[in-house]
Amino acid sequence: MVKREVVGAHYGLRDWLMQRVTAVVMVAYTLLLLLVLARMPQLDYGHWKALWSVPMMRYCTALFLLSLFLHAWIGVRDIFMDYIKDAGLRLTLYVFTIIALVWYAIWSVQILWA
Amino acid sequence: MSKPRPKHLNLMQIRLPLPGVVSIMHRVSGAVLFLVIPLILYVLQASLESPNGFAAVRGALATPLAKLIVLGLLWGFLHHFFAGIRYLALDLDVGGELAQARATSWAVLGASIALTLVCGALLW
Repeated sequence: MVKREVVGAHYGLRDWLMQRVTAVVMVAYTLLLLLVLARMPQLDYGHWKALWSVPMMRYCTALFLLSLFLHAWIGVRDIFMDYIKDAGLRLTLYVFTIIALVWYAIWSVQILWA
Repeated sequence: MSKPRPKHLNLMQIRLPLPGVVSIMHRVSGAVLFLVIPLILYVLQASLESPNGFAAVRGALATPLAKLIVLGLLWGFLHHFFAGIRYLALDLDVGGELAQARATSWAVLGASIALTLVCGALLW
């Protein structure tokens, strides 16, 4: 009988750390966004457009969205791992999730630097 | 003598403790937030495209149904946000005792629902 030890190689440590680092980035961005929105003189198209044209705003949002997509990948993958028993279906769902997130990432850059 | 295992995994029979409720809500809210990513990107894009797009987004968000959806998503976000901070604290070995774990679970539920209600009051 083969005795396999599946502990000791820290397989999950990188994902565990990634999930937490991205979470902290998103918390910081959320607070920053609240502060920026609260300081807006008024909410009309001109001010809204101007806010999103500030380079710092674009880069911070890009960093936030990148964190969001990595965070979402780990979270969604864990959900599929837990509930989808069929390996083929699980793999298919992984593929669709990855394609969706990569698409969102490209779309985000388009929106931010339009 | 061996006990029959698993004893039971019937979700209707398992009584989830409070931190467990917060945990499954963290998972459900996370899944919902993942599903609405394209919707949020679409709304951001439309609002930035032109003054007309901005006005259209504003108009769409002013309907009662849209406000209800926004509030529902806001609750999901706030729950995920506060529960996430609670997990970060647990990782730092803060709040792991049973009494504290229960108290912070109540705090997560309370803070997210209270803030959602405040925003709801501001929206209407």
